[in-house]
Amino acid sequence: MKILVTAKRVEDPESKIKVKPDGSGIVQEGLKYKINPFDEIGVEEGLRLAAKHGGEVVVVSIGTKDVQEQLRHALAMGATRAVWVNHAGALDQLGIAALLQKVVEKEKPDLVVLGKQSIDDDQNQVGQYLAEFLGWGQATFASKVESLESEAEKNKVPAVALTADGKAVRVVREVDNGLATLEVQLPAVVTTDLRLNQPRYASLPGIMKAKSKPIEELTPEKLGVDVTPRIQVLKMSAPPARKAGIKVPDVATLVEKLHNEAKVV
Amino acid sequence: MDFQLTESQRALQDAARKYAREVVRPKAAHYDETSEFPKDLLSAAFELGLINMAIPSEYGGLGLSHLEQVMVCEELAWGCAGVATSLIANDLANLPIILHGTDDQKKRLLTPFTQKVKFSSFCLTEPGAGSDVAAMSTTARREGDHYVLNGSKCFITNGGYADQFTVFATVDKAKKHKGITCFVVEGRPQGLTTGKHENKMGQRASNTTTVTFDEVRVPVANRIGEEGQGFLVAMATLDNSRPLTASISVGIARAALEHSLDYSAQRQTFGKPIREHQGVQFMLADMAMNTHGARLLTYESAWVLDQGQRNTLQSSYAKCFAADMAMKVTTDAVQVYGGYGYMKEYPVEKLMRDAKLIQVYEGTSQVQRLVIAKELFK
Ligand SMILES: Cc1cc2nc3c(=O)[nH]c(=O)nc-3n(C[C@H](O)[C@H](O)[C@H](O)COP(=O)(O)OP(=O)(O)OC[C@H]3O[C@@H](n4cnc5c(N)ncnc54)[C@H](O)[C@@H]3O)c2cc1C
Repeated sequence: MKILVTAKRVEDPESKIKVKPDGSGIVQEGLKYKINPFDEIGVEEGLRLAAKHGGEVVVVSIGTKDVQEQLRHALAMGATRAVWVNHAGALDQLGIAALLQKVVEKEKPDLVVLGKQSIDDDQNQVGQYLAEFLGWGQATFASKVESLESEAEKNKVPAVALTADGKAVRVVREVDNGLATLEVQLPAVVTTDLRLNQPRYASLPGIMKAKSKPIEELTPEKLGVDVTPRIQVLKMSAPPARKAGIKVPDVATLVEKLHNEAKVV
Repeated sequence: MDFQLTESQRALQDAARKYAREVVRPKAAHYDETSEFPKDLLSAAFELGLINMAIPSEYGGLGLSHLEQVMVCEELAWGCAGVATSLIANDLANLPIILHGTDDQKKRLLTPFTQKVKFSSFCLTEPGAGSDVAAMSTTARREGDHYVLNGSKCFITNGGYADQFTVFATVDKAKKHKGITCFVVEGRPQGLTTGKHENKMGQRASNTTTVTFDEVRVPVANRIGEEGQGFLVAMATLDNSRPLTASISVGIARAALEHSLDYSAQRQTFGKPIREHQGVQFMLADMAMNTHGARLLTYESAWVLDQGQRNTLQSSYAKCFAADMAMKVTTDAVQVYGGYGYMKEYPVEKLMRDAKLIQVYEGTSQVQRLVIAKELFK
């Protein structure tokens, strides 16, 4: 089984994110970066599937040379090799999906696993576009039935299940009112939700091995994709600071305020 | 000169930091309180390759540079210094083999550590011989193709859990340091006993015992170096391990600084957070400055080793400065916390107790200054 996974470079959620005073973007200085956590879950799921059914996990990332750090992270976790689409300018979700489509057509995986969204732009579009461009089935927001602490989790069993004939995968999805189970024919696109698995730690031996794993370089030109963005970011602004709350002397005042001011009871 | 960390150094550091934050930190207070051996944490470290970092790649190790090792070790100590000491105790015990062993000895005595969780102890100190190593009285008597060891060692890290012991003993006490010889005892043979786990002030997650040798037989094939070379072997080992010990101090101090920055932003006195009082700011600034200064000395002392050069002077600078620095920084952290800092519910008093040990083991701060002066007079 060949599985293609993604590793977007995003701001580390533990960094302090500040919007530039002119609203043109965020302050890059002093920021730390990491692999998009949803993508990391995708890498983990890919590795579990490959461990169970045999095969390889290929990881792809798009961006400047810096994204090699995230590719190496996925390689350290256990991916076999990496594809780096070297591109420096702005990209929108359609452009990213178009690039991934070409990479998929070149690599011909059985399954593509991506994060449901990346934690920087929170768009939640690329997986869906990609499935549409490829004409493949999709199962978004993949989750699992068991809790994270279950024995199955500890045994590193993939939550995405290959059917007996090996021609489809069964995916449990998170939906508004619970869980839905889908079966999608392969090849397919799956996007990961938070509770799908708990990614393994990159080990020191893994990191040392990753140094010699190959990273293939591609460009939008080589792939024949026009990535001119159709979306322009006009302005970024920080959400308004939350006002301090108030202390009420007793329950009666609380109820009174909830009723008359907040109008919720 | 390039102060930028490489991508691979950052990756190693991140991996160790994640282990320290998610695996070690949540249990640090528990192991400090109970002084139990943190087997689960050490096994997890083994799975991630965070133990035996000094073993060369030819013998199944990772082939990390010394610089990479100290970067990783700072993170481990940031999680819990007692756990970090337990982890690097294997390096201390195995360095004599790495530095002075034959190829056969390295294959036999190092490779097993890369295959399963296994502990080793470095047995140098005796009740009557600490700083004064040459005063040692554990003896080695040659009998055919064996040596027979007799004597007692004290304060031995990992003693209760080790199944390999790197032991220094004298073949002729009259020869003083020129009689000291290094041996590796495999397993826990007849005549080798370890005492009860010491009830320590700090780094309580690390195991510390006496190790006694009563007619313990070691094959000649397990003598590291020649008869009488043990003192040199021990000194070369300590030159190599001091950067690691220094990095433990840096990790402890960084933890103290971070806690202090958080607490001083929250605690209010006289109508404002205490970090807005200049007296507190000066403490925080000194903590940050000295922690970083110690880190740079530590990096340099490791870098000199990576260049294949002798680092006696730099590693004594690093170990001594970092240990004294960590003691001061953690004491100030307790000060920043005020009365709360003195309470075990808060994390900083542990750091102060943990830091104290670094001024004592692997050569006290006084002994480091003796080494430095001796180097200066050369
Ligand atoms: C928790 C712990 C773990 C340890 N782990 C190990 C281990 O794994 N293996 C091992 O072999 N040892 C280990 N040690 C022993 C440690 O290395 C010694 O305790 C240390 O070297 C000091 O020796 P000592 O305790 O005999 O003190 P002493 O040598 O008696 O020193 C007492 C005091 O006198 C000072 N002093 C001594 N000589 C001089 C001098 N010439 N000039 C100025 N001041 C001097 C010292 O600095 C110190 O302040 C450990 C110790 C502890 C506490």
